[in-house]
Amino acid sequence: MLTKRLIVCLDVREGKTTKGVKFQDNIDVGDPVEMAQRYYEEGVDELVFYDIGASPAKKDILMDVVRRVAARIFIPFAVGGGLRTTTDMRRVLLAGADKVSIDTAAVRNPNLIVDGAAQFGSQCIVLGMQAKRVGRSEAVPSGYEVYVEGARVAAGLDVLRWARQAEALGAGEICLNSIDADGTEGGYELEVTRMIGEAVRIPVIASGGAGEPEHLRQVLTEGKADAALIASMVHFGKYSIPEIKRSLARSGVPVRLTW
Amino acid sequence: MSDQVTIVDYHAGNLTSVRLAVEKLGRTANITSDADEVRSASRLIFPGVGAAGAAMSTLEALDLHAAISDYAATGRPLLGICLGAQVILEHSDEGDTPCLALIEGRVVRLQVPEAAKVPHMGWNGVEQVRDHPIWAGVEDGSPFYFVHSYAPAPGEESVAIGLTDYYGRFVSALARDNVVACQFHPERSGRIGLKVLDNFLRWNP
Repeated sequence: MLTKRLIVCLDVREGKTTKGVKFQDNIDVGDPVEMAQRYYEEGVDELVFYDIGASPAKKDILMDVVRRVAARIFIPFAVGGGLRTTTDMRRVLLAGADKVSIDTAAVRNPNLIVDGAAQFGSQCIVLGMQAKRVGRSEAVPSGYEVYVEGARVAAGLDVLRWARQAEALGAGEICLNSIDADGTEGGYELEVTRMIGEAVRIPVIASGGAGEPEHLRQVLTEGKADAALIASMVHFGKYSIPEIKRSLARSGVPVRLTW
Repeated sequence: MSDQVTIVDYHAGNLTSVRLAVEKLGRTANITSDADEVRSASRLIFPGVGAAGAAMSTLEALDLHAAISDYAATGRPLLGICLGAQVILEHSDEGDTPCLALIEGRVVRLQVPEAAKVPHMGWNGVEQVRDHPIWAGVEDGSPFYFVHSYAPAPGEESVAIGLTDYYGRFVSALARDNVVACQFHPERSGRIGLKVLDNFLRWNP
């Protein structure tokens, strides 16, 4: 049976893992390579590294992190943040990443999804989507709008429409982050996750709001997500990966328990 | 025997993770598109992701089509991974593509309900339906990482060494003589995947 994936997200700024609340107030929480290795050994199913606000001059620091991670961990990992061209994608893939995550760049240039999928395969292309609850309107019939530029700018796109379009263009997965829930540790936003999960046939990764294992159970069952992304839950030592997985298994969610 | 492992590069996906996994296991890796290097390899890994049609076109353009068949005929060990585990069969339904025919059978689209997610992406168990040296020390039913929409359907049942359930069972590992192949990614399946890869690196058929 295909298991639900537990993915740990590491926001990386200038070579350090950081964690913010609602995209603000980032604090350093550790060395991304050491953290990646620890989560790998604890049985995480996948990792994602987001380059947070690094200037172009600092890109080499991230590449160094990617190379060091790739030599040490042997599970899939994605890299996102500031990838604007297929040349950018190629660099991180050759450094050892399995997938790239694109967000604002895909909204600005949807052909990036087409070109990335054609060159590297759809399985490489994760569409990151920042969703904000705005209420239903003619322009946003689902009631959730796509935000870009670090979730600061409304894109004028309905999340449901964008999800379907991205799938048609060749995205292999959608990582859906709820701006409203992000960093609150009050639970994932189930409604929008389920809406997207039922609208596309590619896997959906739920992101934003995880605070305890019960939140993961909710989003992986009621929320219809294929994978759940977590960060602060484990970064600050409140929970360990095995604890979360055992809790999910006890409540009947299929997870990988041997590694 | 040389410790060097030859990895076939036919522009079907990223080979970095396969190379790093081989290096982690203490071997050196030679990534090559050269037909002569493939023919003279002492141990060959044939990876790949992407579409069967494009892969076969590239293999033929690089003369690797014949080189891989020649290599397989020497009796030296060959490991197909993912797309590499598919195009060793005779034919792929993906793009109606004739393949290498190292093993009898076809590649078929995963049969799933309308609402199911495709590709089959993530960690799933592999039931070891036949003994094989690559399973040494690997617990039956262990999870491996998959990403694919098509799967091998070998002509003879006896070729299947692993089965996986995704809305029905499909062949996730197969072997005949000196050829072994897995639909999953051992290089991306953690410690257990590395064990399978290490078993292949130690295998002398």
